Amino acid sequence: MTPLDADIAHLLAGTMVLVSFLLLYQDRMFGLLNLFALQAGVLALSVGWQAYLQRAPHLFITALIALLFKGIVIPVALRRIVVRLGIHRTIETVVSIGPTMLFGISLVALSIIVMLPVTQSAGAFVREDLAFALSVVLLGFLMMVTRRNAVSQVIGFMSLENGLVLAATGARGMPLVVEISVGFSVLIAFIVVGLFLFRIRERFDTVDLQALDMSRGEAEL
Amino acid sequence: MNVDIGATALAGLLGTPALGAVILALVPGYRFSALLNIVFCAVTLASAGALYVYRPEPSLYLLVDDVNTVFLVVGALVGFTTSVFSAGYISHELRTRKLRSKDLRFYHAMYQLLMFAMDLALVANNIGLMWVAIEIATLTTVVMVGIYRTSAALEAAWKYFILGSVGIALALFGTILVYLAAEEHLGQGMVAMAWNRLAENSSTFDPALLNLSFVFLLLGYGTKVGLAPVHAWLPDAHAEGPTPISAVLSGLLLNVALFALLRFKLIMAGNPRVLAPGPMMVTMGLLSLAFAGFMIYRRRDIKRMFAYSSIEHMGIITLAFGLGGPIANFAGLLHMAMHSLTKSAIFFGVGHVAQLEGTQNIADIRGLTRSQPLLGWMLVAGVVAIAGLPPFGVFTSEFLLITSTFARLPWLAVLLVTGLLIAFSALASRLHAVAFGETSKRHALPALCLAPMALNLSLVAVAGIYLPGPVVAWFRHVASQLG
Repeated sequence: MTPLDADIAHLLAGTMVLVSFLLLYQDRMFGLLNLFALQAGVLALSVGWQAYLQRAPHLFITALIALLFKGIVIPVALRRIVVRLGIHRTIETVVSIGPTMLFGISLVALSIIVMLPVTQSAGAFVREDLAFALSVVLLGFLMMVTRRNAVSQVIGFMSLENGLVLAATGARGMPLVVEISVGFSVLIAFIVVGLFLFRIRERFDTVDLQALDMSRGEAEL
Repeated sequence: MNVDIGATALAGLLGTPALGAVILALVPGYRFSALLNIVFCAVTLASAGALYVYRPEPSLYLLVDDVNTVFLVVGALVGFTTSVFSAGYISHELRTRKLRSKDLRFYHAMYQLLMFAMDLALVANNIGLMWVAIEIATLTTVVMVGIYRTSAALEAAWKYFILGSVGIALALFGTILVYLAAEEHLGQGMVAMAWNRLAENSSTFDPALLNLSFVFLLLGYGTKVGLAPVHAWLPDAHAEGPTPISAVLSGLLLNVALFALLRFKLIMAGNPRVLAPGPMMVTMGLLSLAFAGFMIYRRRDIKRMFAYSSIEHMGIITLAFGLGGPIANFAGLLHMAMHSLTKSAIFFGVGHVAQLEGTQNIADIRGLTRSQPLLGWMLVAGVVAIAGLPPFGVFTSEFLLITSTFARLPWLAVLLVTGLLIAFSALASRLHAVAFGETSKRHALPALCLAPMALNLSLVAVAGIYLPGPVVAWFRHVASQLG
């Protein structure tokens, strides 16, 4: 593997982290969806590049899933849901944007500090890829924690899952990667889009989880 | 020859519920499908029993060994008694129109799919396959928790889905790290994910990578076990879903997740240079025990209260396995089996109570031993058992655990006993009025409906009074393998 190959892989993985920060910052619904589609596109490129580097043609399937399903189908479907629910205006965040970004930066620092020494033997290429992947995962968590709206939580979860796919493809020769990415897609498609959003909509006329907390069977005293 | 029988049994164990899910998705009519559900669970139980005697050859994907047969047999047994209870439960739900017959077809198919996923997770030799199976199990339970479609049920399902997914994502990251650690030494591909190969060769793996992976796995699968502080989904999911699902969640799914943790603990144990996983598990177990004990005091919903009791007991089991050594492991295994049987029996009883009284609110349920003596007294027996009083099996396992802890870490034993006492007094104070309060109500309940509960409780009582020699030998053998 030439240094250029590794640089391209790092560039793509780094772009994903950058998009994660943009997702964290974006407070409009459509902007969020566009950014998620962008991240899925970058993921597809990154996985495709890994498939080429590792001479692993089956990874192209994972790349294709990322591009078509997460880059196009899911954003389009979510856009429709957002319009139908009438929540395409701003979305509130629990913590204000400044502290959230700072916290996000410290999460990235944490994942670099944690991953780099640990994977000393694994070779520079895998190491940095994993550090980036862990950053994307943690930023996805952060997004899920700071958002109250069900749709943006789902986007946070999917962005987290992008990080996992990045990590799995970075681990050379790991079996079941394609199966796992298919499994995740099924999970997202069925549960999230179909079942929950429509049923929540049906019952409450809102997807704000705070409203759900009110209707809870038993308040925690 | 024996290997052939083993292979057939393994095929039966996985094939029956998989086929059952397809068949039950197609069969209309809830009576017939409830019956089929019981039959499928019985076949699965028989297969699990056969696997105890005959072991198939391990492959890169599937493995039947001494450790997972314990979990398989206990799981299949609870799955079977729950399917019997479920048949009576759902016909009541149908009469009161809480569920429609269309829902029930879905419910039965999901029940079998859940059984399939849990059996697969237990017999999987491949850590990736195990992860996939636990993910399927999570998804099926999510949709079943939300099946009533009330606002509370939807919230519980949503919360479970989000937290469960987060836990599963962490576990996958941990799994990837284990693969990376193994890949250097075992080569790329399936070999580096086969659990038995990992456990044999883990002494050569990079210790730092293993340490990091275990942190992710403990938090990830720990979420599914319901350990504090990542337990938040568990009480809601137990309280708002159908009661048979509460029983299966407590009696089965939590164990499966714990089993996954044990598998990884064994990989860690093979490498002397890694951090000992024990103290981490002991800490989380103790935290869960103490936290759940206090939470039981304040519950107003009876199912929610027993859900917290499940957190408490999973904490005890995790603590026992974290402590390690032959006696603590033995206690952990026994406690796992006893808790599964007792807690599912309690949920059967609570399910009947909630249907008869029309409420899950503890304050509104009074004097069960008068309104429905048989059910009331059996529930009392269940609570006595789960609180860890003799003559039930939970007492035996808790006693073993406490004595073993006292011998090795006296200060830990003090904390453990305190936690147990808190939980015990909480349960006793909450349930006194439920069982013995004044009431003028009289309920009719066919005695046959209580058969599954009676079966589970009598097994627990028998285990408490006299644990048969072969079972002791079996558990002792497994405990010695758990390190």
